[in-house]
Amino acid sequence: MKRKSKALSSLAELLIPLIALGILILFNLFRDPSFFGIRVAVNNAGNRVLTGNLISIIDSASELAIIAMGMTMVTAACGGQDISVGAVGAISGAVLVKILQAFGAITGPSLIVAFIGACLATILFKLFNGTLVAVFRIQPMIATLILFSCGRSIAYWINGDATPQLASPILSSIGMTIPGIPVPTPIFCVILVGVLLALVFRFTNISLYTQSVGINQGAARLNGINPVAIKLLSFALLGVCVSVASLIGISRLGQLNHKTLLVDIEMDAILAVAIGGNNLGGGKFKLSGSILGAYIIQMLTTTLYAMKVSPVNVKAYKAIVIIVIVVAGSPVVKEKIGALMKRRSGGFHTAAGKGVR
Amino acid sequence: MKKILVLVLALVMALSCFGALAEGIKVGIINLDPSESGYREANVRNLTETFTADNGYDATFVTAPTADKQLEAAKGFITDGKQYILVSAAETTGWDEVLEEAKEAGVKVFLFDRMIECDPSLYTAAVVSDMAKEGETAVAWLESLNLDEYKILHIMGQMGSAAQVGRSGALEEKCAAEENWTIVADGTGGDSWDPAEARKIAEAAINGGVEFNIVYAENDGMADGVVAALDAAGITHGVDGDVIIMGFDCNKWALEKLLAGEWNYDGQCSPFQATKIDELIKTLEAGGEIEGLNELNQIISDEKGFDAKTITQEDIDNYGL
Repeated sequence: MKRKSKALSSLAELLIPLIALGILILFNLFRDPSFFGIRVAVNNAGNRVLTGNLISIIDSASELAIIAMGMTMVTAACGGQDISVGAVGAISGAVLVKILQAFGAITGPSLIVAFIGACLATILFKLFNGTLVAVFRIQPMIATLILFSCGRSIAYWINGDATPQLASPILSSIGMTIPGIPVPTPIFCVILVGVLLALVFRFTNISLYTQSVGINQGAARLNGINPVAIKLLSFALLGVCVSVASLIGISRLGQLNHKTLLVDIEMDAILAVAIGGNNLGGGKFKLSGSILGAYIIQMLTTTLYAMKVSPVNVKAYKAIVIIVIVVAGSPVVKEKIGALMKRRSGGFHTAAGKGVR
Repeated sequence: MKKILVLVLALVMALSCFGALAEGIKVGIINLDPSESGYREANVRNLTETFTADNGYDATFVTAPTADKQLEAAKGFITDGKQYILVSAAETTGWDEVLEEAKEAGVKVFLFDRMIECDPSLYTAAVVSDMAKEGETAVAWLESLNLDEYKILHIMGQMGSAAQVGRSGALEEKCAAEENWTIVADGTGGDSWDPAEARKIAEAAINGGVEFNIVYAENDGMADGVVAALDAAGITHGVDGDVIIMGFDCNKWALEKLLAGEWNYDGQCSPFQATKIDELIKTLEAGGEIEGLNELNQIISDEKGFDAKTITQEDIDNYGL
């Protein structure tokens, strides 16, 4: 019984993103059922690939979903967001390319070494952010503004080539599909990162510690949790996520453009966290919510594209829908709805007041 | 120890003598930031490789992305007593005063790559690309294919830039004039000519059920973005494929895709103005006159388009950026 109510309340926390997703799906069903069609086709390289809007949504949202997971951790621990993820992603890409170029050829082992190198570099940059936030207590947005504005220049400085070309079968296997498997590889990357994080949470207390630091770091410290370490850890995890997203981004096009790789993704990632029902002020968090948020954002974009809204105007339409979702998920509205439902059913209520310090 | 010291001293003296002897034509070059694009990178490289001491020049390079820094550099060059100033301007206006100053001081000014809005008498010559002609060449090539129907996915560059206006102009004109030419979907890669954005536009068109048989992308990077979307959706492209791929700029990797038959056409946009300017300066220094200028004192770079069916490895080596 207790277990059931726990599952129910966890579902209730995801109420807003689930409703948003449901509305989007219904809307598309009424608009054009063929929106959901999936078929198999053969591309230029002779590979069989799955195509269709759904595949395209899940595929395109991969980088966003991965970064949103890391962003959720930082948000929960620090009560603020890292706006430098896109710029540091460019740095990660530059390091990756630099190491690959040093090897001369893109092979399995050289790519693994390059990725580990890029990962370490990214973690280092994220720890710089983390130190400013955790040790010097600078507001996250201000602290990460530094790398936000200079990160892409650093990427260019690391790798002076304007747009290095990296066409290779291995990279296109990561960015598109592995020959023989018609499902786009980025989807597997999201699953991999998600499962790894879930395992970490399952076997450690990081999740609980992060929440307690986010809710009240003084109380957390009194209970023997080191808030600085937890905050730094969240930034390090974000660093890993950014590296993976950066690798996918580079593999998709087979080139590194330090100016446009993962550009503007920070805003979408913060949005995904917010749509996912997480409190942007820190505390309790739900990774699944953020992932859902990422897919909602992408589905919204793809729906608008499918409705032949020109890409220039998409951002404006997107903004309108997002305002609605965010307002619907705001504590004030949630409390109102919660009270309403409580009065109706006389018991069950949504998780209003979640994350209140 | 002493021996080494003497040797080093002798070397230093020899070098300084050499330095004093190496008095070339004094040139100041003002360009944009090389990180702008593959085009700019090639452009900067071409300039630094051309205006060397070995080639008889004493050149100073400034790369600045903003107009005020560029103007400052130009003023510095005039006071330094440069004989020639070469400019690729960040902004088309605001140069009159400096250019007049240069004229009074007897400094000859060459514009390259980008035009400046001023009286043509203020500069000796402008070595630039004709973007409208680039578009016309591409459209003429497309017309020569004699397709029954032209359903075009049009990916535009930075809106309002000379390259976008020129390359879009020719295509839009043709589509307005011909019954069987239609732009079925379009979009822009934005200020950074973003391949990822181009990919999204193509994805949107594919998923929206828009049928197209031609991709007209206004630079190579964006064409590549579209191709990535086609590959993901299982649509064939190139010489033996369903969709014709067109790009601009002639990056080396893009020409290689042409050679491999994955793309169909790439229009050249020459960043190699240095060679021409070098030639012009040498002519002037020898007491000659510059010929072949039009009413705007321009020399238009000779640019061509490459067809996947006729391109050779030699073309790639000669024209690839």
